[in-house]
Amino acid sequence: MSFHLILFLAFGAVCVGGAVNLLAQRHPINGALSLIAVMAALAGEYLLLGAEFVAAVQVIVYAGAIMVLFVFVIMLLNAGEEEHTKGSRVAVLLGVPGMLIGSVLVAWVVLRDSGTESVPIGALPGHPTDIAQLLFHDFLLPFEVTSVLILIAIMGAVVLASKPETAAGKAD
Amino acid sequence: MSVIKSVIVLVVLLTAVAYTVWLERKVVGHIQNRWGPTRVGPFGLLQPAADGLKFLFKEDLTPPHVYKPLFLAAPMMALIFALTSISVIPFGNSITIFGYSVPLQITDLNIGLLLILGVTSLGVYGVALAGWSSNNKYSLLGGLRASAQMVSYEIALGLSLVGVLIQSGSFSLRVIVDAQGGHFLGIIPRWNIFHGQFIGFFIYLMAAYAETNRIPFDLPEAETELVAGYHTEYSAMKFAMFFMAEYANMITVACLATLLFFGGWHGPLFGPPLLQSLLPLFWFGAKIFCFLFLYIWVRGTLPRFRYDQLMSFGWKFLLPLAIVNLVATAIAVAW
Repeated sequence: MSFHLILFLAFGAVCVGGAVNLLAQRHPINGALSLIAVMAALAGEYLLLGAEFVAAVQVIVYAGAIMVLFVFVIMLLNAGEEEHTKGSRVAVLLGVPGMLIGSVLVAWVVLRDSGTESVPIGALPGHPTDIAQLLFHDFLLPFEVTSVLILIAIMGAVVLASKPETAAGKAD
Repeated sequence: MSVIKSVIVLVVLLTAVAYTVWLERKVVGHIQNRWGPTRVGPFGLLQPAADGLKFLFKEDLTPPHVYKPLFLAAPMMALIFALTSISVIPFGNSITIFGYSVPLQITDLNIGLLLILGVTSLGVYGVALAGWSSNNKYSLLGGLRASAQMVSYEIALGLSLVGVLIQSGSFSLRVIVDAQGGHFLGIIPRWNIFHGQFIGFFIYLMAAYAETNRIPFDLPEAETELVAGYHTEYSAMKFAMFFMAEYANMITVACLATLLFFGGWHGPLFGPPLLQSLLPLFWFGAKIFCFLFLYIWVRGTLPRFRYDQLMSFGWKFLLPLAIVNLVATAIAVAW
């Protein structure tokens, strides 16, 4: 077993452990931290697969920016421990077996359709130049359309979050 | 080989951190017409050692009602992320020792710059979690301010670097520095700051001061309003970890500014071969010293911003300016 494979399995274990911990934790900040651990471990997996750029973006965008906002909101609202209701017991009873069945199905589909030979590390395009070629040359139109979509989503969020001055005044 | 290099770089970095603290106390002292540390050693030069011993032997208090796991982990997170980013910084070209060619860098990744940005963006957690887990309203306010400030200024910081990236066409810090060799008209060095990135440099400098929570943007630890902000409840070595993280971040910012805008280790070379091989390291160190001195100078000169001024400056002035700079650079390069 090569050192590479040991590292890959170790990061994988951190990933799965963090994801399970995310579900098991009662306090939102612990949950958020577990999710950060999952993101960071995923970045490690990408790095081991030779996708350096994707790994860096994973850390910057997900672990560094989005999760900081999660932690920020949790801190700002000073959210306490989650409460248990009858609904949450039903969710556990149905959810855990459902999740197991789902993951078995996904694993079965992936294993059936993938070849048995392993892909050499670095065979997939991972260099920033390759990705730039794909994004700004081969798939330029979808890329730009996606950015417009995200812009619309941002504007929608701003409109939903900010009440117009006059309406707020009347409500008072 | 890389283990030896890591140890050397770590020792040099920590010594530099200790003596930056000494330099700051000395320079700020002289700015305020006092002497600064003078008692321990000549010119107070052994003051960092005395400080270190004091931090080690001080009582390590953990206040009641803190959230203990995060209270303990937060200073470690801050320090680890601050020290990690030095690993991709190149200090010079490769040198030859006993027939081996050794590149003066721990590791050369082709995403070096992105790694530094990623690691510094993770550094927010140390500050934010310290503020939250202390169970103290001043700490919480400091942590909230720090995370909001760092997330806001990260955008301007990242955009200010894109201009340099467009010009050099690589994320690798070594390639970026190599592209800055040579001169314009035989005299002016081909550094990026003289090569169209003048505005980009100042955006980077301002955003970086905010990222490292230094005056005039040290709102997270504004002592007149928040006692000491996020590290109010920390003492002894745990406090020292935050302190070391702050100074290590300052050094990383100075390294990046030197590499990206001031030509890294490029400078005039002269003299015998041995001197020629050591001069690049000297130029690199001298440029970093200038940036650290600037940090201290600014600290001794400028007052602190108000929080709303900080936010509107970042979002309404710095960010649009960075976007304009980016578009202008892109047009100039495409021309």
